[in-house]
This record gives sequence, C-alpha cells and structure tokens, in this order.
Amino acid sequence: MADKKKQKIEVLPSEDKEDETVSTFVLHDEDHTLGNSLRYIIMKNPDVQFCGYSVPHPTENNIHLRIQTHDDTTALDVLKKGLRDLSDVCSHVLTTFQAEVDEYKASHPQTSHDAT
Amino acid sequence: MTSMDDIRNKVRLLEHGVDHVHSSAFPGNYPGYDDDWSKEKFERNFKIQIIHITNEVKRHTGIGMDLDYIDEMEFDMIGIDAAIANAIRRILIAEVPSMAIEKVHIYNNTSIIQDEVLAHRLGLVPIKADPRLFEYAQPGAEDEGTEEDTLEFRLKVKCTKNPAARDSTDPDQMYRDHKITTKYFEWLPKGNQEHLGNIGPVRDNILLAKMRPGQELDLRLFCVKGVGKDHTKFSPVATASYRLLPSIELLRPVEGADADKLQRCFSPGVIGLTTGKKGKKKAFVADARRDTISREVFRHEELKDAVKLERMRDHFIFSVESVGALRPEVLVVEAIKVLQAKCHTLLQELEEQTQPAAS
Repeated sequence: MADKKKQKIEVLPSEDKEDETVSTFVLHDEDHTLGNSLRYIIMKNPDVQFCGYSVPHPTENNIHLRIQTHDDTTALDVLKKGLRDLSDVCSHVLTTFQAEVDEYKASHPQTSHDAT
Repeated sequence: MTSMDDIRNKVRLLEHGVDHVHSSAFPGNYPGYDDDWSKEKFERNFKIQIIHITNEVKRHTGIGMDLDYIDEMEFDMIGIDAAIANAIRRILIAEVPSMAIEKVHIYNNTSIIQDEVLAHRLGLVPIKADPRLFEYAQPGAEDEGTEEDTLEFRLKVKCTKNPAARDSTDPDQMYRDHKITTKYFEWLPKGNQEHLGNIGPVRDNILLAKMRPGQELDLRLFCVKGVGKDHTKFSPVATASYRLLPSIELLRPVEGADADKLQRCFSPGVIGLTTGKKGKKKAFVADARRDTISREVFRHEELKDAVKLERMRDHFIFSVESVGALRPEVLVVEAIKVLQAKCHTLLQELEEQTQPAAS
C-alpha cells in the first residue's frame, strides 16, 4: 500500500529487448555533475564500446546515459561498475584531502577560527 | 613536433586556438598505452597539495568598507580528470547545503523599502549555522517549522530622533536606529536549540534598510536548509573555481631587448632574466604557475616562435572561498561526500530493481 517512491533511475525501452549490451538509462534529478563523471569513468572501462550522456531538455531535470558494451558483459553491469569506481575515487580523494588538511593545520597553527 | 604524451597530457595554446582540449586517454584510443581504469594506478598518481587556508579579518583604511573578511583556501588536485574535478566544483556551488532565510512574516514595515524587496534582501543574508545539524523542511509544512529544520529570528526596530543632537546635520547623530543592519537580528531558539551556540548572521554589519524617525520594522524571519541549485542564497561558497596549471617552455634562447619584451608579455614573475655571456640579458621561465595565459606573446612576430604555451590537463588549482558559515576545507569534504552519496543511492536502487522483493 505504501506510496511507490519516485525512482531515481529507469531504463529507456529499447528496440531489441533481448540485447542486454545496449541500454539508455534515465537519471532523474541529475545533471552534468554526475553525468559527465559517470561518462568518464565508464569510458575508462575496456569492456565499453560507447558511453555518452545528454540533457534532453534544459528545463527537465534529468539526463540520458547511453551505454553500449562489447559482447561479454551487460550495460547494467558496466553502469554498476562505473558507480562503484566513482565511489572509490571519492573515498580516495576524501581521505587524501583530509590527510593533507590535517598536515597543513599541524604545520600552520595560527588560524583564528572565528572571524566575527 | 607534438609528442603522443603531450597530446594526452597537455592542452596546447596556439595563436588562434586551443588544441587537445578534451581528455582522450581511453582504452583503445592509443595503441601501446594501457588506459584501462585501475584503482591502484589512480591512487598512485593522485595528489593533493594545500597551498593556503586563510581565515582572517583584514583592516584597511579607505572609503566605504574598512574590513576585509577572508575565509578561503587554495589547493592543487593532481592526477584526476576534469569530469570529476568539475563535479566537485559544481557540487560546491549548487549542492552543498547551507541555511538561509526562506520565509519572512511582515507584521509592520513603514520603511521606504518595499516588503518583497526587503524579504528578498533578507534571504540573501548568510546565516552562521551548521547545516549538518538540521533536516530539510517538509514541503507544505507550516512556516514556523520545528526545532529540527527551522531557525527563527525577530527583527523589530523603530527609528527615533536623537534629542541631544539638535544642531547636527549628520544622520548618524540626528537619529537612533536609522541604519538597519543584521546586528538587529534577535535569535529565538526553538526547543533545545540554545545548545547550538553562536547562531546568527555571519556578519553583523550588512545593511538591510535605512529609516527615518517614526518608521519601524517588525518582522519574523524563518531560516531553512537548502541547496544552491534551488536558490543561490543557499550556496555556501562565494566562489569555487579551478584553473589548469600553466606550462611554458622556451624553444630557443631569447636575449637582449627581446628578453625584456618577452618578460612584459607575461604576468609579473613568470619570466626571469639572467645576465649571460658578454653581459647580455637572457630570459628563462621562473614560475609558470603565476601566468594567466594571456597569449600576448603570440602578437609579437619576433617572439611567437620562441615559446610553447600549454596547460597540464590533470593539474587543477582549486580556489574555494566560503561565505562564512562553514570553513572552506569543510565544504570541500562535504562536496566529495555528496558525490559519493549520489553513487551509493543509485547503486542501491539498481540492486533493488534487479532483485525485486516478492510482494
């Protein structure tokens, strides 16, 4: 009975339903921020034949992400791997950044913390 | 000749255009190169260098504003693609939350500034409160909100004459409370909010309205959590930007008067001069980082063949200036977390869709 939560991601119907190597995903409430980062990380995957994204309409808040893979994997798996890789990148950037900030603060102990 | 590595790693700036703009190091593009994604390779090459984190008030004597509030940081992010660096920049501006006044109840406003204009000005006032301690307000909820999602302020002032200053013509002496700044904000803590400590406008000298004796304001201000893509007033940064590290190479010796000319083509400090053999001045690249890549040098026939101008495609010089609620280094951390959260919610939803629970 619970209200169906609005889905953030859906698959656009394709001509050949059997072919799992080709898919266009619609990401709701997303823009170039995630679109371009995902496109980059997915294109880095050697199993991918093509990956691109578009913003179909500037006032509609969604993007289309197209993935075509080589035969031995599916577009969905490639997308999942892309999301995991991007998340790994974030983790590493985060820990590196925090370590550098801590080091900087240890060597520059001046900072007056409240400007007001 | 441009080498393959140059095409892959550098953006080339020419007299009439820019070459090799996009990253092209994808699997299959370059025979003999391994461009497959590898976590280990990325982590080996990725570096961050903090250049400075500054949080201070500078006092300078001049007309108008005499205080400069500086709350900014600069850092280098090396070994990452523009797609992800740009995502971090975009999230800083549009998706890291902060608190701002969203609803204003106007009980009385006899000043000359119109209700709607005043309400808009109030919305833009940066509020010093940690947005991480608050929830987003429920859509359609009462304006007053709850202690979890709303901060309330009162702004109640009446301008009066100063009877002591009869002969003065200076408004500052003739009237009391005639400049309504953010220092008149009075915080009305809800529930347990007193524990939050120092809550209020980031600066207490932001001018909102000017009044004359007899005019008054009586307002209630309701502050909520929001993100910059909804309204810029929620953006936690004044600026968040990056530029690519410039790389300047001298292809042949530049000496004498040409050396002086070359120096003047670049930002101060970029080109240095030494005295070479026979006391002739000789130009060298002292600090390419300081350059703005104006490309002025290409306007001089006698110099244009002497320099190679490039930018490192994977070296980002970030500059983040906070509006004042959170420190810039905290904002960057929050931005990265937002990007990671996007990945997690999508992954989770994909997992749920592929294994639908029996209903």
